[in-house]
Amino acid sequence: MTPGSEATAAAAAIAGEARPSARVDEGRSLRIAFAVMVAFFLLAPLAIYPIFLMKVMCFGLFACAFNLLLGYGGLLSFGHAMFLGIAGYVAAYLAKEGVALEALHIGAVTLPVGISLPPFTPELAILSGSLAAGVLGVLVGLIAIRRQGIYFAMITLALAQMVYFFCIQAPFTGGEDGIQAVPRGKLFGLIDLSNITAMYATVFVIFVSGFLLIYRIIHSPFGQVLKAIRENEPRAISLGYDADRYKLLAFVLSATLAGLAGATSAIVFQLAALNAVHWTMSGEVVLMTLVGGLGTVFGPVVGAFAVLGMENYLAQLGAWVTIVQGAIFVICVLTFRRGIVGELSRWLRKPL
Amino acid sequence: MTEAAAPEHAAPILRLRGIGRRFGGLHAVRDVDLDVAHGERRAILGPNGAGKTTLFNVISGDFPPSSGTIEFHGEEITTLAPAARARLGMGRTYQKSRLFLGLSVEDNLYLAVLGVQKGHLRPIRLRRRDGELRDRARDLARTVGLEGREKTLVGSLSHGEQRQLEVGMARAVNPTLMMLDEPASGLSRGERVALTDLLLQLDPSITLILIEHDMDVALRVAERVTMMHDGRVIVEGTPDEIRANQTVHDLYLGRGNRNDG
Repeated sequence: MTPGSEATAAAAAIAGEARPSARVDEGRSLRIAFAVMVAFFLLAPLAIYPIFLMKVMCFGLFACAFNLLLGYGGLLSFGHAMFLGIAGYVAAYLAKEGVALEALHIGAVTLPVGISLPPFTPELAILSGSLAAGVLGVLVGLIAIRRQGIYFAMITLALAQMVYFFCIQAPFTGGEDGIQAVPRGKLFGLIDLSNITAMYATVFVIFVSGFLLIYRIIHSPFGQVLKAIRENEPRAISLGYDADRYKLLAFVLSATLAGLAGATSAIVFQLAALNAVHWTMSGEVVLMTLVGGLGTVFGPVVGAFAVLGMENYLAQLGAWVTIVQGAIFVICVLTFRRGIVGELSRWLRKPL
Repeated sequence: MTEAAAPEHAAPILRLRGIGRRFGGLHAVRDVDLDVAHGERRAILGPNGAGKTTLFNVISGDFPPSSGTIEFHGEEITTLAPAARARLGMGRTYQKSRLFLGLSVEDNLYLAVLGVQKGHLRPIRLRRRDGELRDRARDLARTVGLEGREKTLVGSLSHGEQRQLEVGMARAVNPTLMMLDEPASGLSRGERVALTDLLLQLDPSITLILIEHDMDVALRVAERVTMMHDGRVIVEGTPDEIRANQTVHDLYLGRGNRNDG
């Protein structure tokens, strides 16, 4: 390095133009954070109740899926619980009952179908649940993405309420009782998931795969365009991006991944119940994402841990949990708007 | 007379016939005929509210015209979407910055480059193909004088740099026709000179239409000038003819530069 170039570099550093090096670091800080997260979920069962950790992973994935839509696409869905819930119902039902469809009655018409399948293995049940959520995502997305902002949120909320009442009425959801005593079954017909270690490992693999998929989506050109649409939709359209198709695809991906979380959690907790489709669940995922850090890669996982931890450890307060939660949410929004990870990332000046 | 600068015999790159655009009861543009030849430098002048930006929006496809036809390279494009026009080689800038302020300079240019590619709706895409587009984005940053600023968030660029980036975004589509909407507005005198130089150095095969309030910039760059008033074209001619025109003087030259319109 010549003295001249050294001086230029120094001048650039003084002018605060250390950005290129920050960019080089970007991948590294994310890799370190990822390693920390993986290590945490691998080692934490030694100290923390594994069932609780599995819940954190399921809801962490749910919140990550939600964050894909809100944090990167700028779309606030206030009905995301419908995807979590419907996938849970489908997975639980298939894992418990399989399919026994003699005939399909549509009004007066009866179509002989005659499909009969034994109870699904957990991986197929989870897959089917996620697909069901994806299909629901297409239907809801096609309607909702036609509007923006508050109208988008209201449409998703309204449709989620319809799904909620459908789940109360439908014959296969067990109404108020839900679907209980869902067998965990054997993964690929081989690994018995009633073994807590096997179950934990399965959830861990699903969580990490879902997380990495979302990471990949965010950092793909698709994710880049999604951010552009969030920043300035008319300009994105005039640059040649069909914004509606991007938003729809983001919505469906988010719904499917939320479904993956819901289906997994139904198998883990052997239960699909109404609380998963209730609007308070949609509110909870907003809370998790905001507390953890909207638009950050790791925020939703941290947020899920924080919110669920709060619910768990404050459980003895009974009804006061909601009030404490509300207070924490208000404090969070007023004092550290960027969320835990968002503030941390700002403080470290590294993307997380 | 510099008739050679606008050869009437050659097929124009852009041909407008009877273009009108109304917003409710307001006729923002009415009955505009316009021919722009290949490689021409055309300035569109006019007081605020004359319909210049609306005309741009109609040409670029951001608004459909209420009446009239548009031909580009001899093809009718009247109802084509803006992105399809961009693919045909039409690049434009916007008067009010419409950049992605929360993204970096490189990402902005990258998005402009990617937008004219086919098949970009892929959530998972190989990085290999992406590298070329990134390289092109960085090249563009260099050509508009934003070298070293690639990773800077656009929101923290100076106004002048944002105007430069706008030009870069317009160039990303490899345009044969570039439309610049008040590229010099809000720039300091020094920045205006730099921008004028940038425009004068532009590849002569690229046709340029610019809306400009600053007469120094407009008359230095343009070979022909179209003067608009109340949505109509009132005069068209060379800069010298425009300078000499009494109507233009009455309407416009006495007025100060304003950034809106």
